[in-house]
Amino acid sequence: MSTQEQKNKRKFRSAGRMREIMTEYYIEAKSASQTGKPVAWITSGGPVEPLIVMDVIPVYPENYGAMIGASHMGSDLCAKAEAMGYSMDLCSYARADIACALENGGPIGGLPKPDMLVCCNNICGTVLKWYEIQARYFNVPLFIFDTPFCHTGFSDAARTYVRKQIDEYIDFLETVCRKKFDLDKSIEVGHRSIQGQRLWQKVLDTATHKPSPMTAFDAFFFLALIVTLRGTQTVVDYYTELLDEMNERIEQGIGAIENERYRILWDNLPIWYRLKWLSEKFASHDACLVADTYTTAWCGTMKYIDENNFIDSMAEAYTRIYLNIGVDEMAESVLGMIDKYEVDGVVMHSNRSCKPYSFGQYDIQQIIQKEKGLPCMMIESHMVDERSFSESQVDARIDAFMEIVSQRK
Amino acid sequence: MRTAGIDIGSITAKAAILDTGKILGTRVSFTGYNVEIAAKKVFEDLLEELGLKAQSIERIVSTGYGRNGVAFAHKAMTEIICHGTGAHYLNPRVRTVIDVGGQDSKALLVDENGAVKDFVMNDKCAAGTGRFLEVMARAMEVNLDDFGALSLNAGSPSKISSICTVFAESEVISLISKGEVRENIIAGIHDSAASRVYAMAQRIGATPPIMMTGGVAKNIGMVRALEKKFNQTIEVSDLAQVNGAIGAAVLAGRL
Ligand code: SF4
Repeated sequence: MSTQEQKNKRKFRSAGRMREIMTEYYIEAKSASQTGKPVAWITSGGPVEPLIVMDVIPVYPENYGAMIGASHMGSDLCAKAEAMGYSMDLCSYARADIACALENGGPIGGLPKPDMLVCCNNICGTVLKWYEIQARYFNVPLFIFDTPFCHTGFSDAARTYVRKQIDEYIDFLETVCRKKFDLDKSIEVGHRSIQGQRLWQKVLDTATHKPSPMTAFDAFFFLALIVTLRGTQTVVDYYTELLDEMNERIEQGIGAIENERYRILWDNLPIWYRLKWLSEKFASHDACLVADTYTTAWCGTMKYIDENNFIDSMAEAYTRIYLNIGVDEMAESVLGMIDKYEVDGVVMHSNRSCKPYSFGQYDIQQIIQKEKGLPCMMIESHMVDERSFSESQVDARIDAFMEIVSQRK
Repeated sequence: MRTAGIDIGSITAKAAILDTGKILGTRVSFTGYNVEIAAKKVFEDLLEELGLKAQSIERIVSTGYGRNGVAFAHKAMTEIICHGTGAHYLNPRVRTVIDVGGQDSKALLVDENGAVKDFVMNDKCAAGTGRFLEVMARAMEVNLDDFGALSLNAGSPSKISSICTVFAESEVISLISKGEVRENIIAGIHDSAASRVYAMAQRIGATPPIMMTGGVAKNIGMVRALEKKFNQTIEVSDLAQVNGAIGAAVLAGRL
C-alpha cells in the first residue's frame, strides 16, 4: 500500500459528520435572533443541561477560543485586548474573546450576541471577571454558579450550598425565558447527558488498545460535541457512530499513527495553533499521544451522578471536576491514566493562560516520577497566543524527551 | 574508530574528534548566521590542526541548536544526551550536569552508565543564561572574560530582584547611578543568574557530584555563586565548553 493510501486509511470517516454538526450548530446559533431562540454564553465546565431543557442555545466562548487558536487568529486578538488595557498574563481565551466581542472579528464573523450569560467558576476564577465584563458590555443578565474549591473531598455544607444554586439557576432561566422549567424534560436531558458522557469515555477508552486507534489530537477535535451539545440526542447518536468506527479500526488493526512504539500522556489544554506540528513531531518519533487529562474532564465526574436524580446529583458532579480539586487528587487521576493507557512518558503543557491547570504541574510531575519513574517534559506556552511559542526550544525538548523515553524502553 | 562531534550553539560552534574513545583534539569558533558553514569550518579547521583527512572520520554526530543544519553528520542528537554522555566520559562519577550556554540553561541527571534519567530546561526567558550575563557585562562596561572574576572581589553583593533581563538591566543601571560598588553589582548579577539555575536544577532533584558544562562554566563567578547555592563544590573540566561535542563524538562511536 502506498503511503498516501495508508494515510487515507488512517483518516476518520466520522470527521466529516462532526464538521457538519458543528456548522449546523453555529448556523442555528447565529440565526437565533431571527428564529427567536434565546442564546446563552456559558463557561466550558458550566451546567448546560438546564439550558437544553429550556430550549436555550448554549454558546461557548472557550470552544470559540479554540477555533480562534486553530485558525491562527489568537495573537492578533490577544494583542488587541492588550491594547484595550488587559494584561498579557490574562488567559488567552479571555483576551481573544473580549477583543472579538468588540470587533466582531474572528472565525465565523464572531459569536452570536448573548441573551444571558452563565458562568460557573469550577474551572477558574478568570471566568468571573471575564463574564462580568461581557455582561456589562452586552448589557444582559449574568448567572454565577459558584462551586467551592474541593481541596479534599466534598463536604455536606458544600453540597447544600451548590444544590441551592441549582434552584436559583432554574429561577433565573424561568425569569429570563419567561417560561416554566419542565421537570420531565429535565429527566430526559439528564439521561442523554449521562449517555453522552459514557459514550465519550468509551471512545477515549479505545486508546487503551495497542496500537491506539486514535491520538489525543483526534480527541481534541472530537471533543467539541460533548462540550457544546451535552444533553442532546445529537451527541448520543454521533458518539455511538464514532465508537463503532474506533472499534472497526481496532478490528482492522488500524493505528492512529503509522508505527506506534511509544505511548504518551498529554496534560493540560492543547496548543491549538500547533496541533499539526506537534502531532507530526511526535509521530516522527513513533510516539502516539494516547490520552490526555483535558478531554477526559468532560466525563470524569460520572461517578458522582445519580442517573435517576440528575438535577440533585449534578451539584456534586459539577463541583468535583478536574480543575476544581486538590493536587493530590489530580495526581491520583493522572497516575490512574498512566496505568490504564500504559504510557511511557508524560508531556505537560505548562499553559500560562490557565493557572488552575498549570500551577500544580511540578508537584504532579514529582509524584509521577516518584510513583512511576516515568520521564516527564514541560512545554511552556499559551493555548491561543502564538507569540508565546518557541519552536526551536520545544523541538529540542521533544527530541531530548523522546531520546530518554526510547533509552528507557 | 575515529569519530567526530559537532556542537552548533547559538553563539559558538564546537568540534571534537575522538579515536577509539581518546580525545585527539577539540576546537571552538563563532557560529555566525550560517550553521552549515560554521559546522564545516570548525570541523575542517580541527582536521587541519590535527593533520587528518575528513575521510578518516567514520562517524559524525551533530548536536546543539543547529544540529539539523549539519548535512555531513550521520545523525543529529540533542544537547541533553550529548552533554550527559560527555560529562560521563569526562568523569563517570558525575550524577548531575548543569549546562549553561548562550541562550539556554539546563540541568540533567545521569546514571552510572551515563544515560540521562531526567532533564529540565529554562523556559523561554534569557534569565539564567549566558545571554543574561552578556547583557549585564555590557551594561557594566566590563569585558565578559573578566566579568566572573570581578564578582569574587565583592564585599557585599547587591540584590538584583528582577528575573527579566530587560528589567534587571534597568536595576543595574540604577544601582550604578546610585554609586554602588561595581564588584558588588557584578556579584549580585551572578547571584541572580545562579539562583535561577539553582531553582531549575532543584526541580529534578540535583544530586552530587555536580559538573558544570557549557560556555558559562568558564565564568568563575557563576561557578562560585552556584557552589554557594548548592552548598558543595561543582566540578568544571577544562573541556567544559566542548563537552557537548565530546559527548556527540562518543555517541557517534555507538552508531
Ligand atoms: S483560565 Fe483556564 S479554565 Fe479559565 S477560561 Fe482560561 S483556559 Fe479556561
